[in-house]
Amino acid sequence: MTRPDARITRLAETGRTPLWFRLDGREVAALAGDSVLTAVLANAPALRLAEFGTEGRAGFCLMGACQDCWIWQENGPRIRACSTPVAEGMRLLTRTPEAWP
Amino acid sequence: MTAIETARPTAPRIVIVGAGPAGIRAAETLVKAGLRPVVVDEGARAGGQIYRRPPAGFQRSAEQLYGSEAGKARSLHDLFDRMAATGALEHVAQSSVLAVGGGGKDAGLHVLTPDGRRVLPCDRLILATGATDRLAPLPGWQAPGVYSLGAAQIALKAQGVALGRRIVLAGSGPLLTLVAVQLRKAGADIAAVLDTAPLTRQAAALPALLARPVFALRGMMMRARLGRLYRSGVTLQEIETDENGPVAIRWTSAAGRVQRSECDMVGLGWHLRAETQLAGLAGCRFEYSELWSQWLPQADRMGRVADGVYLAGDGLRILGADGAEIAGRLAATACLQDLGLAAPDPAADLQRLARMERFATGIARAFPWPAAQVQALPDATVICRCEGVTAGHLRQTAAYGGAEANRVKSLGRIGMGRCQGRFCQIAAAELIAGQAGCKPAEIGRLRDQAPVRPAPVGAWVQDAPP
Repeated sequence: MTRPDARITRLAETGRTPLWFRLDGREVAALAGDSVLTAVLANAPALRLAEFGTEGRAGFCLMGACQDCWIWQENGPRIRACSTPVAEGMRLLTRTPEAWP
Repeated sequence: MTAIETARPTAPRIVIVGAGPAGIRAAETLVKAGLRPVVVDEGARAGGQIYRRPPAGFQRSAEQLYGSEAGKARSLHDLFDRMAATGALEHVAQSSVLAVGGGGKDAGLHVLTPDGRRVLPCDRLILATGATDRLAPLPGWQAPGVYSLGAAQIALKAQGVALGRRIVLAGSGPLLTLVAVQLRKAGADIAAVLDTAPLTRQAAALPALLARPVFALRGMMMRARLGRLYRSGVTLQEIETDENGPVAIRWTSAAGRVQRSECDMVGLGWHLRAETQLAGLAGCRFEYSELWSQWLPQADRMGRVADGVYLAGDGLRILGADGAEIAGRLAATACLQDLGLAAPDPAADLQRLARMERFATGIARAFPWPAAQVQALPDATVICRCEGVTAGHLRQTAAYGGAEANRVKSLGRIGMGRCQGRFCQIAAAELIAGQAGCKPAEIGRLRDQAPVRPAPVGAWVQDAPP
């Protein structure tokens, strides 16, 4: 289930229950127990765009210290992708919502 | 004595921050003395980073996850789970301590929980906050697909994934070899393992490393298994990137030849950086350690900072997991002594601690901070990943505003971003010192600022129920 533009490769624990969430409006798959970071990067190369540069960002420390992996949700606050488990029906955005000033 | 009997209203309120090896052993020591500590930890399940557990439902055994350390991991996990299940301690999981309150009605710890902010009353505080990777910037390290070595290990352990298809690991320290071996064993494609430490430095440290011969031998055997993938004494030049992240890393071999390794993921790390923000907010003093190239908190042999504040684990002295278990017991013992309660005899642990320190000194000498590589970074290199502050901007700011860490932060925003300088401050100090022609110790230490993690404003508007 690893997509061609995905960043991560699954090496183990692939027999878990699949679940579905929305990423930039499209329905994509993850596995129960994935972090939001794992789930998104199994489907896309980045979590967000840098605010102070042109590059995408895909997290850095994975232990809640660097704050690089905050990702937008369609409705509601940003979440820290490395420390938040993905949930069925989440609606995540790799781009800042247009309503954001 | 059971936990229920001891949970009297007059019992001292002791909070342990961190549920890694140090925090778990500290909790055990207090529980054995009949106290009921509160343990605040950012993880969903106790274990810390080195003994981090995957979410429920994952299948790999402790042996697969932790290798030779499986027994230690399992006994710490079981011990903590037992204490939490019987009510011998209160586990505040998935929660971050943001600030250490002063006097008045807000005295206590400000904790961000999944349900909002909570103020935890606290008579005595044991900080076991651990460490992160110590990072040196490289041109291109801001690209997506560049991670810390710790991140690569966490991804594998806690999620069963590799953070790329073709991987280069670079930096120095015990984690470099360990992560490479673990990833290869799991089936990842490792293109190169690039160690900036020269072999001569590593050989010179051998006598100290023999303080723990089994560990030293295990490290050498892991190194041998990497064969020609492992290169020592390299200088890293640049991570080449396209819009999706790394495409290659350029480096110079110990013999001076320019090399290029193609990859789509780079893991970087130069041993560890103590996580000290809360210690600073709790009033701890710091001294610059030339050996570790960082500011480290000052405490007595037991980990006592003052009557009521104790430190343990890698956030105090970077000794690794086994040293952290010892330090956790010692800090809790100091706490019991200060309370005037019966405390275990710390003599044997103090002796073990000394052996751990000899070994750690060897590790620090064998795998040094790459000062020359950082000094030579081109002006265009991004130093602050949070806000894109470059080496050139940093050098100009230091030249204009003076070579003091907090001034350069105020004027040039280095260390001002959302990671609060955790991943740029050591390199920034090196560059500021280089600009001023002084030592990193002379430019001072960044002041700690609450909240030590980003927190939603809403958490201050409405408190979570106590």
